[in-house]
Amino acid sequence: MQKLTLPLDEQAVRALHRGDDVLISGRMITGRDAAHKHLCTHEDPEARRYLEGGIIYHCGPVVKKDADGSWTMTAAGPTTSTREEPYQHKVIADYKVRGVIGKGGMGPKTLKACKEHGCAYLHAIGGLAATLARHVKKVEGVLHYEEFGPPEAMWILQVEDFPAVVTMDSHGESLHEVVERESGARLRALLGMA
Amino acid sequence: MVAAVALPKLEEKLKEDLVELIRTSSTRLPPDVVKALQAAEKSEDVPQARSTLLKMVKNQEEAYAGRTPTCQDTGTLIFEVEYGDPWREKALTALVRDAVREATRRGYLRPNTVDSVTGKNITDNVHDGSPYLHFHQRDDDGVRVRLMQKGGGCENVGAQYSLPDERIGAGRDLEGVRRCILDAVWQAQGKGCAPGAVGVCVGGDRGSGYAESKRQLWRTLEDKNANPEVAALEERIMKEANTLGIGPMGWGGKTTLIGCKIGTVARLPASFFVSVSYMCWAYRRARLDFAPDGSSHISQ
Ligand code: SF4
Repeated sequence: MQKLTLPLDEQAVRALHRGDDVLISGRMITGRDAAHKHLCTHEDPEARRYLEGGIIYHCGPVVKKDADGSWTMTAAGPTTSTREEPYQHKVIADYKVRGVIGKGGMGPKTLKACKEHGCAYLHAIGGLAATLARHVKKVEGVLHYEEFGPPEAMWILQVEDFPAVVTMDSHGESLHEVVERESGARLRALLGMA
Repeated sequence: MVAAVALPKLEEKLKEDLVELIRTSSTRLPPDVVKALQAAEKSEDVPQARSTLLKMVKNQEEAYAGRTPTCQDTGTLIFEVEYGDPWREKALTALVRDAVREATRRGYLRPNTVDSVTGKNITDNVHDGSPYLHFHQRDDDGVRVRLMQKGGGCENVGAQYSLPDERIGAGRDLEGVRRCILDAVWQAQGKGCAPGAVGVCVGGDRGSGYAESKRQLWRTLEDKNANPEVAALEERIMKEANTLGIGPMGWGGKTTLIGCKIGTVARLPASFFVSVSYMCWAYRRARLDFAPDGSSHISQ
């Protein structure tokens, strides 16, 4: 188990390898489809403050506004990452992002960008909404709330010991490829098609 | 004879009970599912797979204690309603829709329903075809409502095969069915939030096949198929799928499936469909039994 404290430098990311368990602490920002499209077509200096050396989290949270105007996250699990595959490599390159959190893994373009720019894909446990919300200590703010709407907005989160697994590292290795290949060989053996 | 309770009173009570049914289903996993996750944890020897399964069990405890959803994707809401006199489908539909609105307001459900043309989120989850209800008449006077919440991630990895399928060497027999199911589990990898359960239908048309495959997911994980040949296939799939090494979340491990339930419906001579619905580990279902006097009981 490795502890990561944000922001990350290149060396810290290069030290990560597929299959590693990590616990993440510090400030990260959420982003889904609208955010990725926006970042690819606009320079966003405010988002840049959180993205450089930071982590972008594919998450459509359930957020509650408290009486004093602050926000609380009641469910904060990851959402499927492949939807961002067309944009992710550019966001990694342009904004010097060091980590992407989501679920389901991503494709070859992202894997290549991770290798070239020193970034890692960190897989959170899908469905772990209640537990992950507990690791979000504070919602510090939100960008593009009006424009993107609550689930798509970019939430700035203070997290502590947020659990994830490195499934795509900065050395071109993907756990998803390994599991798919090995399970595929076992499947073909079971079907007598080896 | 029990004095009849006035219908409006009963309706009010039923609506409250329906909200409670949604809360239970959304925030607590059924005991058979928890048991399966716990047993799986004991059987794993990869530490990462073990700790992942433990986190899943712990998450559902935290969700229930905090009255928050187990998973933030609160899923397609599938209601099976069995009813007798004096209930009518129209009134029951209205009650269920009201209960969904209220459960969303209370945060048991996320605003999780999108208009398919405009892409707008329907913030109270009530829209064309949402929630969806199936009605069944019963002979006595009670109402029984079952709710299943089917997440989007796992729904996306469902698959339908039209046999024969040369790609996987599947012919029109149970051996062909076996090949389809194993292929579907492999295709899904961890993307449906493994470990999951598969509901399968052999036969039917494309529509009724998928409908029956979902109906199979009402069976508890312990339930044995009444047909010995199909029961043997279910067991075999469980064994074989769990040698694939996909594991929790697709990170590797012995636990890929926690359930395999196969149903059959008649087919035409011209077609042979195998429909597979995948249910993630956040396998949410619950049941409300509502007696004619308004007393009720929720179970899972
Ligand atoms: S597949 Fe299931 S556990 Fe995973 S995110 Fe969807 S509803 Fe939640």
